Amino acid sequence: MTQAIEATGLIKRFGKVTALDGLDLHVDTGEVHGFLGPNGAGKTTTIRVLLGLMRHDGGSVRLLGGDPWGSATELHKRLAYVPGDVTLWPNLTGGEVIDLLGRLRGGLDARRRAELLDRFELDPRKKGRTYSKGNRQKVALVAALASDVELLILDEPTSGLDPLMEEAFSEVILEEKRRGDRTVLLSSHILAEVEKLCDRLTIIRDGRTVETGTLADLRHLTRTSIQADLAGPPDGLATLAGVHDFSLDNGRVRFDVDADALAPALQTLVKVGVTSLVSQPPSLEELFLRQYQRPGS
Amino acid sequence: MTGTGRLVRLLLRRDRVVLPLWVIVLALVPAGYVASFEGLFPTLQDRIEYASVSASNAGFVALYGLLKGSSLGELVAWRAGFLPVLAGLFAALTVIRHTRADEEAGRTELVAAGAVGRHAQLAAALITTCVASLVLGALLTAAMIAQDMPAEGSLAFGAEMALSGCAFAAVGAVAAQLTPSARSARTIAVVALGAAYALRLAGDISALGDGAVSWLSWLSPIGWVQHIFPYGANDWWPALLTLVFVLAVGAVAAVLLARRDFGAGLFPARLGPATSPMATPPALAWRLHRGPLLGWTVGFALLGLIFGGVGGSVVDLIEDNDGLGDIFARLGGTTSLVDNYFAGIAGLVGLIASCYAVQAALRLRDEEQSGHAEPLLATAVSRPAWAASHLLFALLGPAVALLAEGLTAGLTYTDGDLGAILASTLIQLPAVWVLAAVAFLLFGLAPRLSAAAWGAPALCLLILLVGQTLQLDQWLLDLSPFTHIPHLPGGTVAATPLVALVAVAAVLTAAGLTGFRRRNVPD
Repeated sequence: MTQAIEATGLIKRFGKVTALDGLDLHVDTGEVHGFLGPNGAGKTTTIRVLLGLMRHDGGSVRLLGGDPWGSATELHKRLAYVPGDVTLWPNLTGGEVIDLLGRLRGGLDARRRAELLDRFELDPRKKGRTYSKGNRQKVALVAALASDVELLILDEPTSGLDPLMEEAFSEVILEEKRRGDRTVLLSSHILAEVEKLCDRLTIIRDGRTVETGTLADLRHLTRTSIQADLAGPPDGLATLAGVHDFSLDNGRVRFDVDADALAPALQTLVKVGVTSLVSQPPSLEELFLRQYQRPGS
Repeated sequence: MTGTGRLVRLLLRRDRVVLPLWVIVLALVPAGYVASFEGLFPTLQDRIEYASVSASNAGFVALYGLLKGSSLGELVAWRAGFLPVLAGLFAALTVIRHTRADEEAGRTELVAAGAVGRHAQLAAALITTCVASLVLGALLTAAMIAQDMPAEGSLAFGAEMALSGCAFAAVGAVAAQLTPSARSARTIAVVALGAAYALRLAGDISALGDGAVSWLSWLSPIGWVQHIFPYGANDWWPALLTLVFVLAVGAVAAVLLARRDFGAGLFPARLGPATSPMATPPALAWRLHRGPLLGWTVGFALLGLIFGGVGGSVVDLIEDNDGLGDIFARLGGTTSLVDNYFAGIAGLVGLIASCYAVQAALRLRDEEQSGHAEPLLATAVSRPAWAASHLLFALLGPAVALLAEGLTAGLTYTDGDLGAILASTLIQLPAVWVLAAVAFLLFGLAPRLSAAAWGAPALCLLILLVGQTLQLDQWLLDLSPFTHIPHLPGGTVAATPLVALVAVAAVLTAAGLTGFRRRNVPD
C-alpha cells in the first residue's frame, strides 16, 4: 500500500526549543488517520511542516510522494487544509472565501459546495467579521470538503462546532471513507470522533510519537475492567501477572487486567465459580489518559 | 468609569517603551533648535533677514505655518511647526490602539466582562494619552526655560504641543467608535489629521497673499494651536478654543460608545455576495487594497487641489514685492519662488506617499499574523506569487496617489506647467519604492521586526524637518532616499541617483523575497 504521508525521525527546532523531536507519522493512502496529542505536543507544527510552511531541521518527510518544502505549490493542488484556528478576512463574505480558496487549489465542485452549505447550515452571504468561531470553522470545512483533492489535512476541525454540526461533520467524513478515494489526516481531541472515524491513529507527546496503529492494536495495550461475584475465595488471582488494582469485598472482586493476561484471569475465575460477571471494554479514553500522562506523574 | 485607574496602569505597562519614547523625542527635538538657530543666526540682523525671507516663502509657510516675528523663540517655535502634527498623529494612534484595536482583537471583551464601567476603556485610553501629551508639553517648557528662553513663551510653546496631542487623542477616540475595524479607524483619524493640516496650510498661504480664504486656518485644531504664536503674541484664547474642542469631541466619543453594540461600528453589518469570481492572489489583493488605494488617492487629489489652489498666492507675493524675488534669486540660485514652493510640496507629498507604501507592504505581515496567509499558502499559491500580489500595491499604489496629487495640483494652478508639476511629483517614486522595499526586506528577513519599517519614513521626515536646522553631516542627510531626488521644478535631473535608488529598491526586494522563501510561516 502506498503512503500519503511518510515522516520519519522528524526534527523541528525554534531557537532553543525543540518542537518535534524525532516524530514518526505514516498515513496510508485512502485511510482516515487520527492524530492525537496533548496541547503543545507538536501537532500543528507537524502539519505546518507537511504543508511546506515550515522547514524541518532533521529526519525525512514525503507528502503524496513529493518533498513538501521543495514542491509545495505542486503538492498543494492535491490537498486541502483546515487550520485549527480559522480567521477570515473581516470584509469578505464566507461564500467569497470558499470560492477563493477552492479556486486557488485548482477547482471547486459547485454542487458539492451547495450541498455542504446546506448540511452545515451556513449562510455564505455574511461578512467574515460577523461569523462566530464555529461558523468560521464551517467556512474552512466547506472550502476544503468541496475541493477536488486527494488529501484532507484537518487540524481540530470540529473545535467550536455544536453537537449537531459535529454529527454532520462525522457523516461527511464517513461518506468520504466509504468512497475511499481520499486520505484524511485528522488531528483531534475528541475521542468519540476518533473512535468513530479513524482507521488508524498516531499519538504524540513532546514532539515524539508514543503510539501508532489501528484502534484494535492500541486497545491491545489497554486493560479490561472486571467485576465478579464469586462462589469461593479467588486463590492466586491477586498475584497473577497482568492483574492490577485488585480488591475483594464480601465475595465480590474488582480488578483491571492486561489484554494478554485476560485468558488466565478468566480461567481462574471459572475454577472458583462465578455467580455474576461485568466486564468493561477498554475505551480510547483510558488509552488516551495513560498515554498523555508523563511517565512517573 | 469603574476600573479606569487599573486600566490606565495596564495601558502604561503595555506602552512603557513607546509612550516615553515619543514624548521625549518630540519634547527634545524643538529644544535642540535653540542652540542651532543661535549658531546659524548669531546676530539680531541675521535673524531679521532670515525671518523676513522665511515668512514670505510659501514652501516654508506651507510646511511650518506663519512666522510673525524674528526673535529666537519665535523662529524656534515656527520651525517646529510640523511637530504638533506628529504629536497629534501619535496621540490618535495610541488611543485607537487601546480602544478599537483591542476590541477587534477580542481583548476588550475579556476586560469588559470584568467589573469595569462601559466607558472605562475609552476613558483610560484618553486619560493616558492626554496626560502623556501634557508631560510632553511640560518637558518642552522646562527644556526651553533651561536654555534661558522667556517663561511665558516657553509655557505657550509647551501648550501648543500638548494641546495638539489632546485634540487628536479625542479625534482618535471618535474614529474608534465609527467602524468595527481598527485599520479603518486609523485611516479615518489620519485623514482627519491630514485635513486639519491641509486647512491650516491653505489658510496660511492665503494669509500670505490676498487673505481671501485665510479663515480656513480657523477650521483646524492645528491652525488653532499654531495661532498661539509662542514667544510672540502668546495668545491664549486659541488654546482655550482647543481645550473646548478636546472636551466636546471627547464627549461625542463617549456618547457614540454608549449608543453602539460591543464590537460593532455605527452602522449594522450588511449581507454580501454568496459567491465570488475571485480566483487569483492579485484578485484577493485588489479586494484587500482597493479601499486604502481609493482613500489615499482621494486624499492626495484633495491635497493637490489645495496645494495648486494656493499656488496663486505665491505668484501674487512675487508680483507685489520685487525685492523679495531678488533675495530668492540670490539665495536659491535659479529657482523662482513658485518653483521653490512646488519643489517643497513635492518632497512633502513624496514622504506622505512613502507612508502609504510602507503600510501597503506591511499588509503582508498583517495577513501572516492574523492567520490569513496560512490557508492561502496551503493552496497552490507560491510564496513569491502571494508576496508579489501585495507588493504590487505597495509599489504602484503610491504611484497612482502621486499621479492624482500632481494632476489636481497642476490643473488647479492654472498659471503653471502641468507637465513640470506632474514630473516634480512622480520623480519622488524611486525614493518611495526604496522605503517600500525596506519594509519588505524586514518582512522577509526579520518578520518580527516588521513594524520597525515605520522608522524609515519617520527618519526621512526628521531629516527633512531638522536636517538643515541642526546642521547634520551630509552622510546623515544622504541616509534619506529623498535627499537624492532632484529638486523639480527648477532643478536639473540626473539619471544616476534615480537609477541608483531603483537599483537599491530592487536589491532590497530581492533580498526580502529570498528571506521570505526560506523562513517559517507564520514566524
